[in-house]
Parts: sequence; structure tokens; C-alpha cells
Amino acid sequence: MTAKSAQRSVALSITGLSKSFAGVRAIDNLSFEVPEGRAVALIGPNGAGKTTVFNMVSGVYPVDCGTIAVNGVDVTHMPSRKRIAAGVARSFQNIRLMAHLSVLDNLLVGQHRRNASIAAMLTPYRLVPSHRWKREALQALAESGLEAYAKENVGALPYGVRKRIDLVRATLAGANVLMLDEPAAGLNPTETNALRGDLQALKARGLTLLVVEHDMHFVDSVCENVVVLNFGQKIAEGPLSTVRQDRLVREAYLGVEEEA
Amino acid sequence: MSGYLTGVLVTLSFNIIAAYAVYLPIAAGQLNLGIAGFMAIGAYAAAFLTNEMSWPIWAAVLVSAGLAGSVGLMIGLPVLRTHGIYLAMATFALGQVISAVFLNLEVVGGAAGYPVAAYAPPNIVFAAAAGVVGFMLLLSTTRFALYLTAVKSDPTVADLLGVSVRGIQAAAFTLGAMVAGFGGALYAHHYSFIEAQHFNVMLSVFPVLYVLFGGTQTVLGPLVGALFFTLAPEWLRASAEWRYALFALFIILFMAARPQGLVTMSLFRLFGRRKPQVTT
Repeated sequence: MTAKSAQRSVALSITGLSKSFAGVRAIDNLSFEVPEGRAVALIGPNGAGKTTVFNMVSGVYPVDCGTIAVNGVDVTHMPSRKRIAAGVARSFQNIRLMAHLSVLDNLLVGQHRRNASIAAMLTPYRLVPSHRWKREALQALAESGLEAYAKENVGALPYGVRKRIDLVRATLAGANVLMLDEPAAGLNPTETNALRGDLQALKARGLTLLVVEHDMHFVDSVCENVVVLNFGQKIAEGPLSTVRQDRLVREAYLGVEEEA
Repeated sequence: MSGYLTGVLVTLSFNIIAAYAVYLPIAAGQLNLGIAGFMAIGAYAAAFLTNEMSWPIWAAVLVSAGLAGSVGLMIGLPVLRTHGIYLAMATFALGQVISAVFLNLEVVGGAAGYPVAAYAPPNIVFAAAAGVVGFMLLLSTTRFALYLTAVKSDPTVADLLGVSVRGIQAAAFTLGAMVAGFGGALYAHHYSFIEAQHFNVMLSVFPVLYVLFGGTQTVLGPLVGALFFTLAPEWLRASAEWRYALFALFIILFMAARPQGLVTMSLFRLFGRRKPQVTT
């Protein structure tokens, strides 16, 4: 753990991160921190490199240079599979639920990190009528009001429901840092409100959130701080109300209509 | 029980074991087209142990299954670096190589074949097939079975959730090789004679057909596939020389109409909620 005792400790710390694809700089010397228990939004125009940051933090892409630390542990070169144990889990922009599995089974896979022993892998839990693992997963679904979908095949569910189940699955590994890639995209107003409730409940539990999101009202209601990316570079950082006034940010992303 | 019926049921038992040997890697998204090679390892190793070392059949069968599994693990780790059609080709070649090794191994008879003195009666074969089905049903109630589907469905996400994709795939491949070796070892002791030519391409390909026909989504698919492929040609015997043509036509039409196989999870939903626990 880091020894930043006076302040909140830092849950996610990114320092001097860079990444190029075929000579194009996707991320250029990016540094920012997410304090524990806070929510930070990563915003910027399409192609700014927001999802690339997620992919590097979760280990899907190797970094060119720079460091990534989760809960004070350097994970820069850690295999992607081990990073969830270091404390960082994520959801996906294009919802990556396993289509051949039921909702409940998807959540059970999400619990793997806390049940990774050989003995746990070979326990015939399906023979136990209400096994602890199943109860736990149903409980997490119920907290989001989604328990009615437990037995459904995920492939057949509405987009908004799948999106929220993807979020529930990300919370089940016991990671304290959650990266959410456009959680509100494609949701109707009712679903967006439900999602806002879900995220506020997660924050109340002490979880740290890094959110990529285009809906500024949503960002405003969930995140304390924003980091603005443009062409892979950080052009502003701070509370949304302050960042909004920034000329560079308005030119690059938020535009004039946000003045109202 | 008539001799004919016993003969069909013994064939069925071996086909069921072979189907599950192929099903395990398929459930994790890998096609093993060299299953006959692992059957050959089990068959020759067990025959050698009972013939030359005077081991009891049960011990020889179990040790040979373990040996086939170990070879599967050693070969699987490098071979599983390939994917899709390349993995299929690599395992296909592997099956041929193993069979060719036994063809040239004089200590187990070489091309002349290898008689096996100890005999496993039909009841032992039935019990072994039932044991494999029971083992697979039990395995289907574990996280391991869940992860097989997860790894097949989305390896990237499974990895990010902390599941060792390579570990699960290697375990499935190894277990499949072990089940194949188990079946081969029993085969040697039931038919009392083995020859390398028996462990050929067709022996590798047919079990794949059983599994794809029965469906890979549930643990019952391979059982249904093996049942169908063993019994249907027998029922069609009445139409004599046309039966294979009719059978082939039916398979083509069936797979075109239902590529996901016969037994699927939605089928279980359709027929009530009695058996969701056996789906993987």
C-alpha cells in the first residue's frame, strides 16, 4: 500500500503512459490518479484514446512506456489474468457477456477470482440446491433489481439489461477499482437512472470508479473529477464545472452548446 | 441377451467413451482430430502391462489412461498454442504419427498386430461406459465445466476475469486424452487383439461427428450423438445396400437444418425445468 497517509490513498495511478499503433501515437505521456473511493470520468472525442487506456490498465494491450499502479502495486507488466487479483475489474463498451451462458452462470464466472482453488473448481455446486455461490450472485442481481433475469440466456435479453448485468459481473470479483466503458450509452432515461443508483451504491461501498462516458449530465451526477483526453493527450483535469470553462476543452469536445 | 444385441451395446459403449474424449476439448473450443492416437496409447500400454508384466486388467487400464493423459498434457501444451484449423491439423497429424509409431514397434507386434490374453467381458465394458457418463455428469456440475464454456465463448473476458484460459484448455485436452486412453485400454482387452491400422483417421473423425450431431452445448449431446450413430445404421439394415446413402443424406440435411446439434440448452427450456442442472 502507498504511504500517502495524510490524503486519501491512491487506488489507480497512471504515470507517463504512452502507446503507439503503427506509428500513430494513441496515448501520449498520460498521467493522472484516481483517489480511493472517488469516481473519475475519462472524457474526450471519439478516437481520443479512452478505451486504449482501459485496455492498457486491464492488460489487453502492452504499454510502450510509463507505469500503471493499482492500490500501490505496479501492474504495468503483470499478465492480464492476474490484474483482477491486484484489484482492477472492468466492463466493456460492447458488452462482453458470454452468450451461451445464463445470467447466473455469467455471474458465477465473475466470482472466479475469489474461488480460484482447484477444490473450488471441482466442487459439484450445481447439485447443492441453493449453494452459497448461487445465493451470492442472486443477491448481487437483486441489489440492482435484476433478479427476475437470473435463469435467462443473456443472448435474448434487452440491451439495457445486459449492460447492467455486465456491470454486476464486474463487481463480483471483489476488485476495489472498477473501469466502466460507456456504462450509460444506449440506455433509456429509466435505465440511466437505475444505473446512476447502482454506481452510487458502489461508491457508498467504498469502490473506486474510472468511467468513460459521453453523457455529461450523467458524469456530473456520478463523478467528482474528469480527465479530458484529445489525440491521446490530457488537455484538462478537474471538476467538470471548472473543466467546462476551459477553452481547449470546448474547442476539442464539449463545444459551445454546453454553455447553457 | 442375444449375441447380436450384446455386440451392438459393446460398440455403443466404446462409441460413448470416444464421444466424451472428443467432447471435453470441443467444450473448451478446441477440435482434437487425433483422438485415435490416444486410444492407441491406452490400448497398447494396457495390453503390454497385462501381457508382459502380468498386471491385473483394472490396474493396467487405469495406468494406461493416466499415461495417455500425460502424453496429452506434454503434447497439448505446445500444440495448444495453435488455434482453429491449425490446431485441427496438428492433432490430425499427431494421431497419424502415434499410429505409425505402433505400426513399427516390434515389441508390441508391429504390423502383425498384438494379441491380448486377458479378457474384459461385456459387463465390464458397459460399466466403464456408464462410469464415464457418470463422471461427465458430475463434472458438468462444477465450475470447471462452466469455465470450459466461458473459455470457448469469450477467451479475452474469461482471462480478464482471472480464469487461466491456457490452463483450462490444457486440462480439457488432457482429460480428453485420458478418457480416450481409457476406452482404448478396454477395447484391447475386450476384442483380444489390436493392430495399429485400427487406430486410423476414421476412428478419430467419427466421434467428432457424434459430438457435433448430438450438440456441444450440453453434456448429454455426445451421449445422444453416439446413441444415434450406433443404433440408426442398425435400424436401417432392412434397406440393405442403400442404408449408408440414406443415412449420409439424413446427416447432411440434419446438420444444415440444425447446425447447433440435437440437444441444446433451449431444448431443455422447451421441455420444462426438470434438468437445468445437467447443462454445462
